[in-house]
Amino acid sequence: MKKIIAPILALTMLASPLYAEKVKVGFMTTLSGPAGIIGKQMKDAFQLGLDHIGNAFGGMESSVIYGDDQRKPDVAKQLADKMVKKHQVHFVTGIIWSNLLVAVHGPVTRSNTFLISSNAGPSTVAGRRCSNNFFSVSWQNDQTPEAMGKYLQDNGIKNVYLMAPNYQAGKDMLAGVERYYQGSVSGKVFTKLGQKDFQAEISTLRASNPGAVFVFQPGGMGINFVKQYKQAGLMGSVPLYTAFTVDAVSLPALKDSAVGVLGTQTWSPDLDNPVNKRFVRDFRKKYGYIPSFYAAQSYDLVRFIDHSIRVAGGISDRDALRDAMRLGGYPSTRGNLKFNNNHFPIQNFYLREAVKDSDGSYTTKIIDTVFTDYGDNYAKDCGMKW
Amino acid sequence: MGLLLIEQAFNGLQFGVMLFLIAAGLTLVFGIMDLVNLSHGSLVMVGAYLATTLIEWTGSFILGILLALPSTFLVGVVVEIVVLRTLYERDHLDQVLATFGLILFFNELIRIVWGPASLYSGLPESISGHVEILPGVPYPAFRLLIILVGLLVALLIYFIVARTKLGMLIRAGASNREMAGALGVNIRMLFTLVFGLGASFAGLAGMMLGPLTSVEPGMGEPLLILAFVVIIIGGIGSIRGAFIAAVIVGLVDTLGRVFLPMLLRSLVAESTADTVGPALASMLIYILMAGILVFRPRGLFPARTG
Repeated sequence: MKKIIAPILALTMLASPLYAEKVKVGFMTTLSGPAGIIGKQMKDAFQLGLDHIGNAFGGMESSVIYGDDQRKPDVAKQLADKMVKKHQVHFVTGIIWSNLLVAVHGPVTRSNTFLISSNAGPSTVAGRRCSNNFFSVSWQNDQTPEAMGKYLQDNGIKNVYLMAPNYQAGKDMLAGVERYYQGSVSGKVFTKLGQKDFQAEISTLRASNPGAVFVFQPGGMGINFVKQYKQAGLMGSVPLYTAFTVDAVSLPALKDSAVGVLGTQTWSPDLDNPVNKRFVRDFRKKYGYIPSFYAAQSYDLVRFIDHSIRVAGGISDRDALRDAMRLGGYPSTRGNLKFNNNHFPIQNFYLREAVKDSDGSYTTKIIDTVFTDYGDNYAKDCGMKW
Repeated sequence: MGLLLIEQAFNGLQFGVMLFLIAAGLTLVFGIMDLVNLSHGSLVMVGAYLATTLIEWTGSFILGILLALPSTFLVGVVVEIVVLRTLYERDHLDQVLATFGLILFFNELIRIVWGPASLYSGLPESISGHVEILPGVPYPAFRLLIILVGLLVALLIYFIVARTKLGMLIRAGASNREMAGALGVNIRMLFTLVFGLGASFAGLAGMMLGPLTSVEPGMGEPLLILAFVVIIIGGIGSIRGAFIAAVIVGLVDTLGRVFLPMLLRSLVAESTADTVGPALASMLIYILMAGILVFRPRGLFPARTG
């Protein structure tokens, strides 16, 4: 009798991940408030990704629990707790903001649930506090301004004026630029977070007669700054370099004002690879607008989870799944990506220019590659080896 | 440095008249109707959205603004009749709660009608250029236009309040509501009219802000806080006070933002100045308000009420 039962038990155990277990993904992003537009792009792209994988992560029965974090760390933490404890999700993802990611990082990773960032990459989770349950399919915060600084340095641009909002990310961005840009700085200004009118700063900037300007003004601030920069007659006479300021979220509101503005990014709608072409085409067809990098990262996230579960052959064995995730090589809109030892991707950084397309829509085009296969500066502080 | 100071003074003045347009309605409603209206910022937003849409529909900047002004007036009148009328007899806390509800209502309504993304609002060629206010100081023509319009509206309001029958009734209503009512003044009608006027001024501010900043849900709230600072400094209910306080706040905020970090950098280490400067600059107008209230608890020009 025993001889018969054992193989049957073994069979049912083998079979259980395929039939009984269900992939559960907690997707929490900012859907309300002024930043709701970013969350909408993330959710739209996530759902397009689900369409492309037939609503089945790794071919298994799947369910997604959606949540709105309202851009508040405390709300994000409550949502994460609920997703982990009540719904017992396997993955928590979708977070846009660094401060929210830091708030949920500890509780989620300690509960042996995978936390995947599809945007924010604060240095705190990339260095000493790196976790084997945390992955990023985006970038580390410092990298994008570093690429901008490298470009300014390599192209002999002198006398740069630096501007960012007065909060942690703003300071990090300027520090990132100055890590590679060694030339003279004609002025450095920290503006109020959420500032709307930059006329006073633009007057001062013009008086200092800079060779170029670098700004980091995400979201609505960027729309205001770029518009007013153009109105002040500086566009064209003083080149404007940006990070996270001109993208598919702000371009529909900026239109001609932003044409010619340069910025660094890991992705652009015109990036030439089959996954990206399909993503951009289907996204525009389904939603009627051009996707932003937020959307591209959110789509990548779906493909990453899907691919990893397929390679691991299920989700019941967390260690096997982690090993599969570490392999990278999933169908990404940014080509074939590998992970660094701190679970952040090693990837290219491009210089893109805002342009008006032949069909009259505003988008960005890649004009240069600044970094090739670039890893972040915090990976060396991370003790993880694999 | 001298040229920069003059240019920054223009920037401050432009910000000041913009604040005045918002504060004028707020101070009339607060001073005359004794109503705390937190949703005044929403009217700025409504004005901006209506103007942006109407400019696009009509294809003309002037026509769009001319249509948006009466539309905002109507929105103000409807809000007054439907919601605010029931609140005059209630205490300030009820008014705060109800008008806070209005903020949420308007933000959500705008999001439903226009979507969560910012709207594009440009300028016609004729006013998108520059004017040399001094040799070597080009200044955006549209910002000069804002200063001009703001000053004209200030004169207009002063004329209405000081020289017309309507203004007399407003002043009568402000100093003694019951007595004015007893003498046969239709107070209800008067309040509706005042609120509508205040709404159109706020809307006008929104219309002029549209081409400068992003038109988005919730765009009026940060301005509302500044408008409250203005009317507290100026004296609640006083148009003259609102104007002078608005210009002071505009100048102090702009000049402080620009020159305070510069000044600090020459006094302390650069990294400290970079951190302290912007923080201190954004506190400046509140410090100013506190300072003025110490010496003039009812503001610079207290209205002669009650």
